[in-house]
Amino acid sequence: MSIHVNAFDRFRAGESLIHRLDPRIKVVVTVLFIVSNVLLPDGAWLAFALAWGVILLTGVVADVGVGYTFKRSFVALPFALAAVTAIFAIPGRPLASVHLGPWDLVATDAGLIRFVSIVIRSWLSVQMAILLTATTQFPDLMHALRHLRMPRLLVAIVSFMYRYLFVLSDEAMRLLRAREARSARLTEGDGGGSILWRAKIAGNMAGQLFLRSYERSDRIYNAMLARGYTGQHLTLNPHEMRNCDWLIGALAVMLTVFLQVVGRL
Amino acid sequence: MPVTHERAVDVGSKRTVFSRNGGDPGRVPALLVESLEFAYPDGHVALREVSLEIHQGEKVALVGPNGAGKSTLMLHLNGILSGEGEIEVAGLRVTEPNLPAIRAKVGLVFQNPDDQLFSPTVFEDVAFGPLHMGLSEDEVRDRVDWALAQVGMSDYADRLSHHLSAGEKKRISIATVLSMGPEILVLDEPSAGLDPRARRNLITLLSELPHTTLVSTHDMLMVRELLPRMVIMDEARIVADGRTKELMDDVALLEAHGLEHP
Repeated sequence: MSIHVNAFDRFRAGESLIHRLDPRIKVVVTVLFIVSNVLLPDGAWLAFALAWGVILLTGVVADVGVGYTFKRSFVALPFALAAVTAIFAIPGRPLASVHLGPWDLVATDAGLIRFVSIVIRSWLSVQMAILLTATTQFPDLMHALRHLRMPRLLVAIVSFMYRYLFVLSDEAMRLLRAREARSARLTEGDGGGSILWRAKIAGNMAGQLFLRSYERSDRIYNAMLARGYTGQHLTLNPHEMRNCDWLIGALAVMLTVFLQVVGRL
Repeated sequence: MPVTHERAVDVGSKRTVFSRNGGDPGRVPALLVESLEFAYPDGHVALREVSLEIHQGEKVALVGPNGAGKSTLMLHLNGILSGEGEIEVAGLRVTEPNLPAIRAKVGLVFQNPDDQLFSPTVFEDVAFGPLHMGLSEDEVRDRVDWALAQVGMSDYADRLSHHLSAGEKKRISIATVLSMGPEILVLDEPSAGLDPRARRNLITLLSELPHTTLVSTHDMLMVRELLPRMVIMDEARIVADGRTKELMDDVALLEAHGLEHP
């Protein structure tokens, strides 16, 4: 058994209302919430704050702790920085200018508001997604996607990825360990050869990992064939929508409408 | 007198001797392989004139050095590989149109449980075979419950496969084929990589299962304890086939094929 089995697993076991909701409803509500965030106009600060309130409240109900999603969400922030160009690209009242070689970049107020809004939107969306994965077992999530008519092939790819991420990282760990074990040094000082040589070794290891995974995929496919696989990935649906699922779904729809109205006041 | 390693002719006659003593000639054999030949695309010949008859209820060991062709033979039994020659499983020929039925009849358990268990949860893995056989939802659930009970893992249905120990994975792997109701169990190195306790549990489990069983292994102690008949393969051929007790005493034969007397 691997030592870091839980390193990727964001699921936090619990028995809360949120945990027990039908995963399909959770997926739909999460997507709805994300779409709602995207549709909120720039600078809708009150609506942003309310949306965050919704996340914090859901976090409390789900019993994962108030700050849980907040702490985890920073992982995704660097990606939002791609929007930094908006500061300079949107016309508006100039705030400051930056000289970058031949270019004169002028930051505008409208650009800054756009940038901050984009960061907040993506940050809110990521938090909701974190909440989803924290309260839903991964296999349930896969069922939900399958029954929401996501293409079977995509679902199959994602669920294989989840199953074999652990196996693959164990494999990588063993390779690294084998390298460590033979990375001896006779004297003080820099051992281990040149950067180029080390890069070559690392490249070989990546290649090894790829080849092993490739061979493994062959064996897995054989194991699937041996049990009657013919190209259709079949599974049972272990979930049933209850009244409380529909109720929560309806509540979520009303909430997003409310957020949209607030955002446009 | 134990069999010698004189190749096909001898093997043929010994097989007949064995069937007369060990099997019931009136019934259809669980597995019949007739002069099977196979070469990999790179030209490497993996099976030469392999013939084998296993009767219902027999428990047979398939031993021999690595590269002897044991795994290749196993992959032929349910048509994943197909070479020249005839194979019948419980009277049904292994041909392209029969493959779906054949795959339900042959419960092939691969050596590495991480290859065998490819679904996120134990339930889904055990349900995979029955679902692909086209059974109803209730029937699938019944079979999963039954198969997990057979291997003593009833409480594990909702567990995630990557959270299991090696021994647990092995038992679940066996459940994944039991749920298909196979005529014959084919296990590739089932005891490899297990600690002594998990190995002991596995041997107990295998001895309790009523199925016809073919086990490829290097674990000669397990062979002696569990499998009354032994087939030795070397260099793509079956070189001996007979009672485990007798073959085990032929130290010269064992040594000639890289095997150890336990």
